[in-house]
Amino acid sequence: MSFRQILGKIALWISVFVIVSPAILFFLWMLSLSVKYEIDNAAYPPVFIPDRISLDNYVQVLTSNRFTTYFFNTLIVTGSATLLALLVGVPAGYGIARMNAHKSAIVILIARITPGLSYLIPLFLLFQWLGLLGTLVPQIIIHLVVTVPIVIWIMIGYFETTPMELEEAAHIDGATRWQVFRHVALPIARPGIAVAFILAVIFSWNNFVFGIVLAGRETRTLPVAVYNMISFDQLSWGPLAAAALLVTLPVLLLTVFAQRQIVAGLTAGAVKGG
Amino acid sequence: MSIEAPAQQAELRPPSYWPFVLPALIVVLAVIIFPWVFTIWMSMNEWKVGAPTTFVGLANFVRMPNDPRFIEAVGHTLAYTALSVILPLIFGTFAAIVFHQKFPGRGVLRGIFIMPMMATPVAIALVWTMIFNPQLGVLNYLLSLIGIPPQLWVFHPATVIPSLVLVETWQWTPLVMLIVLGGLAAIPSEPYESALIDGANFWQMFRYITLPLITPFLFIAAMIRLIDALKSFDIIFAITQGGPGSASETINLYLYSVAFVYYDIGYGSAIALVFFVLIIMLAAVMLYARQRMHWNEIGGGA
Repeated sequence: MSFRQILGKIALWISVFVIVSPAILFFLWMLSLSVKYEIDNAAYPPVFIPDRISLDNYVQVLTSNRFTTYFFNTLIVTGSATLLALLVGVPAGYGIARMNAHKSAIVILIARITPGLSYLIPLFLLFQWLGLLGTLVPQIIIHLVVTVPIVIWIMIGYFETTPMELEEAAHIDGATRWQVFRHVALPIARPGIAVAFILAVIFSWNNFVFGIVLAGRETRTLPVAVYNMISFDQLSWGPLAAAALLVTLPVLLLTVFAQRQIVAGLTAGAVKGG
Repeated sequence: MSIEAPAQQAELRPPSYWPFVLPALIVVLAVIIFPWVFTIWMSMNEWKVGAPTTFVGLANFVRMPNDPRFIEAVGHTLAYTALSVILPLIFGTFAAIVFHQKFPGRGVLRGIFIMPMMATPVAIALVWTMIFNPQLGVLNYLLSLIGIPPQLWVFHPATVIPSLVLVETWQWTPLVMLIVLGGLAAIPSEPYESALIDGANFWQMFRYITLPLITPFLFIAAMIRLIDALKSFDIIFAITQGGPGSASETINLYLYSVAFVYYDIGYGSAIALVFFVLIIMLAAVMLYARQRMHWNEIGGGA
């Protein structure tokens, strides 16, 4: 290895270090805050690696009875919004791709550009009139604004790349259009559905703006609950950091384990909800 | 066979794919089209929660240019957006070039690198608030190590927008990286090989080979960044709520206050419409600039 190559290697590793450290340091600091005692968290200069660690902060967050409620709220909202989006979005993506109806994608684009708040004003009034505000239903419905465009967008792209020959063969053999979709197109599209599912789950889970308007005390999702913690117990950082980490942990785990799908989905559609 | 093909074609793409699209169409009509139509209607009314509504035509729109808080919010939004497009674009391109190289652990490190954009924004905002803390925050401590005096970050009107942009940049540089990385993967290796033979250095290769070839991808990244930065809400709302005072109040935050703090639904709807038009207009300006640039490249390329 020549001197020049070694120099290049060193430069590369320094660059890698510089690029990745803001993310690594941030999440390590988050972890550090969440396992330290309050004395260490309030110390200056800051304590990076504490002498003693405790899981008290986590216990405190998890045992507060509301956390479980909010966790299940989030699970119900994200789960329902994602499943409903797959239910209507996957066939729609298939239909649009097979009809070559690319102009219809403009609606998806408008949905992508519109600020989430713009949907909130009319839908808030609608839910008020329907008397749904105390329940989780409004949040499930409005999360469709995030999940449906993601699913349709990704599925159009995916069905366009799947081969038509098999479908044509099934068609000639007398299968109905529905049977072709159900037994030929759908199994092939499974990787695409996985991408759509993962991204829909993440962007629905992370959504905050819909919750702050539509959620009541009992119907908060986790991001809203965490936000309320900021405004009320600003003083103790430990439990706050623990709560923040717990809220985002499922998403971070998904990011690590489904990195390939996430990258594929984001670079194909470059969609983001909200 | 070739004679049968057209008949088969006709049989394969009649309007009977509509049943597949119909359920989604209903959902889209209900949660995307209906809100838009209703918003246009509300924007032409004096509409406050709990009070009778009256049709006022364009009065809500006339109110905007005379509303100093709205004008100020437009200024904040433009400043915030400009910085939040440019900085991630620069860092993201650099990161993409680095991740385009081969090195051990690249997959895992890329996974860590994209974590900030996938993580729950509110959770991140909360930790950043602690990091920005002027007394106990780790950022001021790190600055003190290299002799820079403590800053007030998000707690001072002059530094609040740059501080928020710092978070936004940290969060969204990975998306730019991914898009540009896709562009780099599409570049063939021949131009580099001949450039090396001609004795070009790293910078020259970047400037005259890489940069022109990834420009379309940079443009897409800039477009997405522009739209997302204009709409940015979670981070700003969770860290500053538009403060201190109204120093970081963007259009989106002002819209929130008007509609859901003052419950002035009519004016809020008008702002939502103008905001949407502004986003479309800025995107169109960028598209136009790109086409001009493209035209100049072709024109001056000889």
